[in-house]
Amino acid sequence: MSRDFRGRRVLRRRIDRWTHGLFLAAVGLAVGVLGVLLWDVLSGGVKHLDWQFLTSYASRFWQQAGILAPLAGSFYVIGLTALLALPLGIAAAVYLEFYAGDRWVNRLIQTNIANLAGVPSIVYGLFGLAVLVRFLGFDRSVLSAALTMAFLILPAVIVNTQEALRAVPRTIIHGAYALGATKWQTISTVVLPSAAGGILTGAILALSRALGETAPLITVGAWVFLTYLPKSPLDGFTVLPIQIWFWSSMPQQGFQELAASAIIVLLIALLSINSVAIILRNKYQKKAEW
Amino acid sequence: MVEKTEATRRARQVSRERLIARLLLASGWVSILVTAGIVFSLLFETAGFFQLVTLRQFFTDPKWTPAFDPAHYGILSLLAGTTLIAAGSALVAVPLGLASAIYLSEYAPERLRRVLRPIMELLAGIPTVVYGYFALTFVTPLLKRIIPDLDVFNALSAFITVGIMITPLISSMSEDAMLAVPRSLREAAFALGATRLEVALKVVLPAAFSGVMASVILAVSRAVGETMIVALAAGSTPKLTLNPLQSIQTMTGYIAQMSQGDLEAGSPAYKAIYAVGMSLFLITLGLNLFAKSITRRMERGGRL
Repeated sequence: MSRDFRGRRVLRRRIDRWTHGLFLAAVGLAVGVLGVLLWDVLSGGVKHLDWQFLTSYASRFWQQAGILAPLAGSFYVIGLTALLALPLGIAAAVYLEFYAGDRWVNRLIQTNIANLAGVPSIVYGLFGLAVLVRFLGFDRSVLSAALTMAFLILPAVIVNTQEALRAVPRTIIHGAYALGATKWQTISTVVLPSAAGGILTGAILALSRALGETAPLITVGAWVFLTYLPKSPLDGFTVLPIQIWFWSSMPQQGFQELAASAIIVLLIALLSINSVAIILRNKYQKKAEW
Repeated sequence: MVEKTEATRRARQVSRERLIARLLLASGWVSILVTAGIVFSLLFETAGFFQLVTLRQFFTDPKWTPAFDPAHYGILSLLAGTTLIAAGSALVAVPLGLASAIYLSEYAPERLRRVLRPIMELLAGIPTVVYGYFALTFVTPLLKRIIPDLDVFNALSAFITVGIMITPLISSMSEDAMLAVPRSLREAAFALGATRLEVALKVVLPAAFSGVMASVILAVSRAVGETMIVALAAGSTPKLTLNPLQSIQTMTGYIAQMSQGDLEAGSPAYKAIYAVGMSLFLITLGLNLFAKSITRRMERGGRL
């Protein structure tokens, strides 16, 4: 009996060690894939990454092609997306946290936001095509793209802002009320400044998702061969992910390498945006400790 | 005199407060309007589609060829593609994601976890079009060396890559669920002489089961809605097959392919992408509601 127990204990411990290795290997595999992916992109694309690549328009010849139009387009679309989504999202979050109470409107909007967040991005593209491009007549434009993106990230902006607002200590809000401030005075002079770091971090993270998004913009009608820079919001558009997709799908290896170069530019943009978010978050946390 | 200006000032302030409250409420309604807009635009074009095609055809015709003559409108072949991608990616991501979650929550020393979590988040933050490029230029050539008669565009490469993409999702959500399991449960099991593996599999995993299930369902829903990887790597031939070595097409892949060109509004092909979009919307909504009902049950403290 006791010998049997001891034997089994040795076996159980051995199995424990093996599975420990197995679980570690799973994590290692995930990390390894990230490494391989980065190596794949860098080895394919780093050699074309020069000034000419950044400042040239699309071309039928890969030797002359560049990402001027999609790079400018990404800035343009994301900038407009931020202008549209951030005020709307922050206002909606303020409403939900401070005005709605526990009424049916609140619950309706809250449930709705949760469900919207799970809708596949390409379905937003179909909505953009039917309503913005066709029905409202915005055509295949920067405006249609930015509105589609704004709707896509709206749930994330609202939820992130709500979290930032909830982190504001109740005591300072009550303090403002006690001094006779109205609700809006309290929100605009006490709550929003105090939550600004958190709100901004959440907003930046949501925007960085929009920066990498491709599928809905295919549906909204991004151009893959644009040789001018958009001057008005109603001009045609293209963005970096669209150019990456188009070049990746070309059979010539030259274009596939250009896709890798464009990916490097996109990843650098995403990385710098996210570092800004992290810096903001740290700054905000330090302040909150005080 | 002083009292009067004070009174008008207060009155102005009150009306200003009301205006602001209304503006904020209006912003809240925008998200409802977006939902209404999505549902309405899908319904409108889908209704038009079903004036051309019967429901019976839509659900039983084995072919999907809206661009050819004679046109076939059978969603089954696109559904087969989507199912293949979703099931295949789950096959890759569930073991990988769960093993990572168990390692991170039960085995990893705190310092290692602090390094590994951001890396997982980094993996989750990479745009899907980049994964698509990776599938096409790395995964497919690698697989082709192992399986020579693999099509250039194939479901296998696509679902492996989609699986890699959704692994961090399963891992981080499951890890959160496992970390929420009270320490006392683990310590009781250790005190009874259980090994770490036994604690992880027999105590922590069952206690966190609904959270883990929810993460898997949400990940599958993501795989169903994933577009760029399948558009680049899986091909564009709708096929009623479960053979992963062939070129297939998913619902999302079809929408992306068809909406590229200048699709004439009101044409059968235009209406068809909305019928496919509607199906996609309903499937993902169903999965998400299912996941939510599981987490709600967990929050109430019940068991599955």
